[in-house]
Amino acid sequence: MSFFFQTNRLTKHFGGITAVSDLSFEAGIGEIKGIIGPNGAGKTTFFHLISGIYPPTRGKIFFAGKDITGLKPFKICSLGICRTFQNVQLFDNLTALENVMVGRHSRSWSGFLKCGLGVPNAQREEEKIREKALEQLTLVGLEMRCQELGVNLPFGEQRLLELARALASEPKLLLLDEPISGLNETESHRLASVIRKIQEKGITILLVEHHMDFVMNICDEIIVLNYGEKIAEGTPDMIQNDPRVVEAYLGKEIEESAHVGS
Amino acid sequence: MKSDHKLLLLFAAGLVIFPWVITNPYYISVLVFVGIHSLLAMGLTLLLGFAGQISLCQAAFFGIGAYTSGILTTKFGVNPWFAIVIAIGFTGTISVILGIPALKLRGHYLAMATLGFGEIVNIILREWVNITGGPSGLTGIPRLNFAGITLDTEVKYYFFIWVIVLGVMVFLLNLVRSRVGRALQALNRTEQAAEVMGIPVSQYKIKTFALSSVLSSLAGSLYAHFITVISPESYSIVFSLVILAMVIVGGMTSLWGSILGAFVMTIVPEYLRVFEDWDVIIYGVILLSILMFIPKGLVYGLQRLFRGTLKLFQVN
Repeated sequence: MSFFFQTNRLTKHFGGITAVSDLSFEAGIGEIKGIIGPNGAGKTTFFHLISGIYPPTRGKIFFAGKDITGLKPFKICSLGICRTFQNVQLFDNLTALENVMVGRHSRSWSGFLKCGLGVPNAQREEEKIREKALEQLTLVGLEMRCQELGVNLPFGEQRLLELARALASEPKLLLLDEPISGLNETESHRLASVIRKIQEKGITILLVEHHMDFVMNICDEIIVLNYGEKIAEGTPDMIQNDPRVVEAYLGKEIEESAHVGS
Repeated sequence: MKSDHKLLLLFAAGLVIFPWVITNPYYISVLVFVGIHSLLAMGLTLLLGFAGQISLCQAAFFGIGAYTSGILTTKFGVNPWFAIVIAIGFTGTISVILGIPALKLRGHYLAMATLGFGEIVNIILREWVNITGGPSGLTGIPRLNFAGITLDTEVKYYFFIWVIVLGVMVFLLNLVRSRVGRALQALNRTEQAAEVMGIPVSQYKIKTFALSSVLSSLAGSLYAHFITVISPESYSIVFSLVILAMVIVGGMTSLWGSILGAFVMTIVPEYLRVFEDWDVIIYGVILLSILMFIPKGLVYGLQRLFRGTLKLFQVN
């Protein structure tokens, strides 16, 4: 059986350290799958492997029927996978709108020569890039901020901006790395509703998060990583009641659930 | 974009008027050199200010252009225009061969690699006496002939060079406002995020490096056909640093800054000649002051000063 997105025994060694070990994982079209685990469990490394930032030591990654193992990040983006970063990597020399317009890069084609000469084709493409970027900005509710420098926005809006930028690349698979980390209650709800809008468009989402309530609420299925290995997989209910998961967190999960309201 | 066009027209008008007002051929030749330096500075601004890649070998590409044109025309009788095209192709190829490994380096390491390359070129120009004429250089480089007009006076070359500079300026202004320009600014900051957003980072760095070196080569060829005599001292790390200073003084992230920097750094030393032995010290003091008080460059200093008027032109 072949899934929309699949990893096969994915492994990553950094010298003596095994960050990800033998990770086999699947996701179907339109699913939201959560990836949780204690700090250092290999979640972000997993995302780096999928987005092509690190080549895996062993194992394979398949997407929409293609073997994308070891492809460079820009190639993976053009195939339809995009992501946000744990520490929000906006381009601090560009405005909010320009940041999102960069997201359109993989969906446009004018090169150095055409752009420099200012040929009508390139100009028309630029207009379309601007239009589509503005659409994404509006989707996340940031259209009034378009002329401001991305990094001058409050942190919550920066996260939304990064999301808009990723959406601009028309991904079929979206990797969100701790999207609500650092956000207050209102901002988290705002982002959660945007994520639901994204899911309605049929985009598959992989979500790394520490806020258990958020994850349990929004995800169809969850996998749990610990020390780079998958230790549990299932629906939110199954995961919450799995003794191995509770043990891995050693009470952290219980604390966090108590703090985050519904 | 519209505001850039207004500024371009204004600037072009000023350039056209200048030789009618100041007819002294020496001053006009200074402006020819400003034009040539502008080409060098614009290439470096694109590479450093936009793409964030440091290069200390602009003078080397300048030299490769000048010498390729000089050697092909004086020793092999090649048509000067054809020689320019060959020089550009040659320099572009060398820059790609250098760029592929070098651009994998960052910051200081990239600076060192380009520094090393610059030294190698300078040594070749000095030592390969049979081809380059060694320390004495080449003489008798022919004038350019355009549509039947021989470009043998300062005024003719002045108009010729500034048409080229303005043409390149339009090209680069278009480029930096486009998806390519945004991509370069993006990879300047975080290569990782830029690549994840679909930008082919290595390819773009190499292309930008090649473009900037090709501009330097063109400047070199045009220089050779203007002064007709070239020698290796002009093509060393010292001159690469002068170009770097032009870019920084003018405003690193602004193409207009590169032209302004070229003006300032070419013309100020001319005025300082009067002070004889003190000229270098005064020059240094001026540079230091600019960098201390207007670190982002003169273009931004001017912007602050004339905020209202410049809103019309939105420089950069």
